Amino acid sequence: MPDLDVVDLSRLQFATTALYHFLFVPLTLGLSWILVIMESVYVMTGKEIYRDMTRFWGKLFGINFVMGVATGITMEFQFGTNWAYYSHYVGDIFGAPLALEGLMAFFLESTFVGMFFFSWDRLTKVQHLLVTFLVALGSNLSALWILIANAWMQNPVGAEFNHETMRMELTSFYDLLFNPVAGPKFVHTVAAGYVAASVFVLGISSWYLLRGRDPSFAIRSFAVASGFGLASALSVIVLGDESGYSTGEVQKVKLAAIEAEWETEKPPASFTVFGWPDQKAEKTHFAIKVPWLMGLIATRSFDTPVAGIKDLKHEHETRIRNGMLAYAALQRVRGGDRSAEALAEFNRRKSDLGYGLLLKKYTANVVDATPDQIRSAVADTIPNVAPLFWSFRIMVALSLWFLFLFVAAFVILARRRLAENRWLLRVALWSIPLPWIAMSLGWIVAEYGRQPWSISEVLPTHLSVSTVTVGQVWFSLAGFVAFYTALLVVELYLMFKYARLGPSSLGTGRYHFEAAAVPLKGAV
Amino acid sequence: MIYVFDYATLKLIWWVFVGVLLIGFAVMDGKDLGLGTLLPFVGRSDDERRVMLNTIGPHWEGNQVWFITAGGATFAAWPLVYATAFSGFYVALILTLFALFFRPVGFDYRSKVPDPRWRNAWDWGIFIGGTVPLLVFGVAFGNLLQGVPFHFDQDLRVHYTGSFVGLLNPFALLAGVVSVSLLAMHGAIYLQLRTEGAVLRRAATAGRIAGSVFIVTFAGAGAWLVMGIEGYAITAMPPANSAFMPLAKTVAHGPGSWLRGAPLHPWTVIVPLVGIVAALLALAASRRRAMLAFVLSATAVVCVVLTAGFALFPFVMPSSTDPRSSLTLYDSVSSHRTLQIMFWATLIFLPLIIAYTGWAYRVMRGKITERQVREAGPALY
Repeated sequence: MPDLDVVDLSRLQFATTALYHFLFVPLTLGLSWILVIMESVYVMTGKEIYRDMTRFWGKLFGINFVMGVATGITMEFQFGTNWAYYSHYVGDIFGAPLALEGLMAFFLESTFVGMFFFSWDRLTKVQHLLVTFLVALGSNLSALWILIANAWMQNPVGAEFNHETMRMELTSFYDLLFNPVAGPKFVHTVAAGYVAASVFVLGISSWYLLRGRDPSFAIRSFAVASGFGLASALSVIVLGDESGYSTGEVQKVKLAAIEAEWETEKPPASFTVFGWPDQKAEKTHFAIKVPWLMGLIATRSFDTPVAGIKDLKHEHETRIRNGMLAYAALQRVRGGDRSAEALAEFNRRKSDLGYGLLLKKYTANVVDATPDQIRSAVADTIPNVAPLFWSFRIMVALSLWFLFLFVAAFVILARRRLAENRWLLRVALWSIPLPWIAMSLGWIVAEYGRQPWSISEVLPTHLSVSTVTVGQVWFSLAGFVAFYTALLVVELYLMFKYARLGPSSLGTGRYHFEAAAVPLKGAV
Repeated sequence: MIYVFDYATLKLIWWVFVGVLLIGFAVMDGKDLGLGTLLPFVGRSDDERRVMLNTIGPHWEGNQVWFITAGGATFAAWPLVYATAFSGFYVALILTLFALFFRPVGFDYRSKVPDPRWRNAWDWGIFIGGTVPLLVFGVAFGNLLQGVPFHFDQDLRVHYTGSFVGLLNPFALLAGVVSVSLLAMHGAIYLQLRTEGAVLRRAATAGRIAGSVFIVTFAGAGAWLVMGIEGYAITAMPPANSAFMPLAKTVAHGPGSWLRGAPLHPWTVIVPLVGIVAALLALAASRRRAMLAFVLSATAVVCVVLTAGFALFPFVMPSSTDPRSSLTLYDSVSSHRTLQIMFWATLIFLPLIIAYTGWAYRVMRGKITERQVREAGPALY
């Protein structure tokens, strides 16, 4: 049975490296489309300024992109280094989308991103636009495959346990691809990336406008960002709601934890806007509730109940007890009894095998668990409510803020009132870090809310780890934190340096810091 | 689901596919890694180093994906190999990841600040990012050929009983030198194709030195393998067409070379010889016919990967402490269904990848010169 320190450290390492990775991914996802929009305008109008916009924002895109690549390599290999049993147990299903991501998406993105930077003089305008488009397509397809893999962790469809090979095996590739969790999750996640990129471009452009630098460059960038951002902010919210609906269908525990819904309410359930969740007392103090709202979001109906935590725990206890029988039946089959009766007994109970495995944390044998141990395992099935409750609410509040920001930016720009509304420019600038906070909290809700499972109801997290030593994981965790932090500092230094320099960094001679040096080059 | 190939055939096909991905990685990304090893020595001035970096500037990102995809495909097709190799070689692989961090950021960030100390620091970062992974991959193969100490328990959880220092044994270190020198040679020959002047002259010298080291160490490692390394052989296993896991077979481990223990085909013996001849011819051709030399050098790289694969066949990762736990292409694989789906995916996408990669090289073809990088300023690395 794996060492618990190794489990906790491996989880901390995965969370840290994944959150670091996702500091860079969103900008790649969103900025690539913004580059496509800018370059399309260049190809259609032939105006040089749009080429400069594509190249300048492309420079910032590149500074961010390489960090995404560097931190992404870790993600591809970390399942093997730190989650070896997971890799064996579900590799038959989970490995496929990761391999497809490489074959179909990451190759495309990476081959053409090099061409994006270096082939301006070697390709026609339309060819180069196609290259930029393929970078955007590749990076977004990449996200699609990764989120299909992630959706399967949340809702493991199209797979079945095989007692011969002691692992989960694929039964339907179609079900894996069209997992009801996958679609909304993909659109919600990439749209969040588009929002982040839009806020990024909007904020930096606002800063140029505040300084009165390169106004024609800044206002056009501002315009692209506000339009793209408005559409994206809307889809984040709509698809977030769709995500909520699909969560309600298949991840009842996560939903109940996010809502701190301790009791099953009479439908349609109310939505707790604020309150103080208390896990020990199984109560939310000072709750402010909106009637009906929860039932409508999660079930799209007035009469379907949303299960509360206490009822879910009863259900889990039954499944854990059934899981003990499933484990006993599995031991019998693996011990060599292949009689039809033994197999039938196992097949009848195997859907609860995962619940039985939860007991491995307390007793290696599972079947001899005491009532106390069962009670502990039942308590484990509910993730920590308070962090999920708060993370979710801050995320939602921030996404409403982005919607307001883009509506304001769009309207004020359309009415040509930016000069009178300098507050908006300041607010846009200071909003730059907010999407990253919202997205990190979103991932915490999705993944921390999946606990105690690495694969929902199939494989507990504490069984998933490699048999490595605590010292080894400390070594890697310390190294990742040190390297990533150092590289992040360098990245931010360059990002600030080039954002401050603005389009002058292109060396065209047409922009703010080059005004004095116009005759040098490229001015004609 | 309709199965075009039976399970046993697909298992064999996937051994070939993983080999193809590793070869793609070695030929394409290997030259970029080797170029990283050469960077501080072949390039003396900032302009010279910029010339070197810009020969792979538009391509290194795509090439690196061979590594990522080989990892992903191993996960999908050989989950037990993915789980066992990466958790077993934990410290070595983590060090490789740390070293690889320097590459993407090094390539892009180096040119963003003109300060020579900044650039010099990144150059050594790129050197580490090229050399450490090459060394680790060589050492890893050196250990695979000797067997690695691990075993499975009844739940098929893998337990690795070796240590990081244990990986650094003489044969494995020799294999590490083979790997670094081979790809340094490959990188040097690529440089001769894409540069001129001082960089080209120094690349030629570096190529000859690296090539000589490669030929001597590769021949030495081969002789050692034949005469001094104990081999593994499967003595009994369930039918190849059935689904089974490592503990279901029996394996003999003992005196007798790999070549006798794993008889794929007698003709495979010529593969390492072709590799050595190709390297010699590549060095001879590099002065006048750089393109031919590059093809020959790539042939040498292919032969080295094939030599390791053929020597191990049908093993992928033999266990020295519990031979029946050894991973082979028959019992470390995904289900029939997954292998077939991934077979079609690979068959469709791999040719596409090769086609657009070829297009990218064609568009960016031609020599990179010092004058070019000076004039391009920030538009190039």
